[in-house]
Amino acid sequence: MQRFANPGRFMRLSGQLMPWCATGAAVSLALGLYLALFVAPPDYQQGEAVRIMFVHVPAAWMASFVYAFLALASAVALIWRHPLADIAAQAAAPLGAAFTLLCLVTGSLWGEPMWGTWWVWDARLTSVLVLLFLYVGYIALVNGFDDSTRGARAGAVLALVGAVNLPIIKFSVDWWNTLHQPASVFRLGGPTIDNSMLVPLLVMAVAFMLYFASLLMLRMRTAIVASRVRAARLGEVESISEPHGRRQAAGSVG
Amino acid sequence: MDRLDQVLAMGGYARFVWPAYAVAVLILAGMAAQSYRAWQRQHRQWSAFQASRPQRRR
Repeated sequence: MQRFANPGRFMRLSGQLMPWCATGAAVSLALGLYLALFVAPPDYQQGEAVRIMFVHVPAAWMASFVYAFLALASAVALIWRHPLADIAAQAAAPLGAAFTLLCLVTGSLWGEPMWGTWWVWDARLTSVLVLLFLYVGYIALVNGFDDSTRGARAGAVLALVGAVNLPIIKFSVDWWNTLHQPASVFRLGGPTIDNSMLVPLLVMAVAFMLYFASLLMLRMRTAIVASRVRAARLGEVESISEPHGRRQAAGSVG
Repeated sequence: MDRLDQVLAMGGYARFVWPAYAVAVLILAGMAAQSYRAWQRQHRQWSAFQASRPQRRR
């Protein structure tokens, strides 16, 4: 793992991997949308409204997955002080927030016709709303410091503390009486959902995952180039102020 | 055309299903657009910097 955690190596590797991920995301998204809208059957209870599931559930999975990634990257950043880990965490956070928002909005649009309400303060919905606040809080905290290193450390601590919310989200439907239904895919004893709906759902989930992977790499590459630009400018300032000074800053980042 | 009308009507749930998909497209596209613009901005600056000193080491 350490070998891939070098920014230069990451730039090369992600440059090769990103086009494949993006192509895979586009293809699986097109296929998933086709299956979800035209092939999957209407539900015997919910009718056509069940099609909201094909965006709601993958978005919900990504919301939790990206937070787990954020917490893991934060742990690596705190323990090993690896610069790529901070970059990965900060690149992932806005994407996770977007998936969480998508999950909440589509859930609301599904709740009104099925439950008769846009929103209810049950354990599942509330814990996912807390997840959104955690993402937003993380982003605000990281950008709230003049010293970006201190901002990153404070954010990493928040991300780790907030990870306690993940099992609460997962098991909220078992621990409390929620209006939200219990798990029907990732459960002991296997999925209870029919293959005609499970397959489109999984294709959409793969599409969302590849979409996240592509954008994560793009955002991490952006952050690395941004740090090179900063270092290069610093190097120029130094070389102007002391003509015989070492040109380390510009040279060492490439 | 009947089939298309059927799909568009979504069994009476059109006003819930289509907004859900529209929001999904909007949020996904927004994520990509914002990320790509940020990349272009940094990449332009880096290229401009490199162009300003052609005989850089490495």
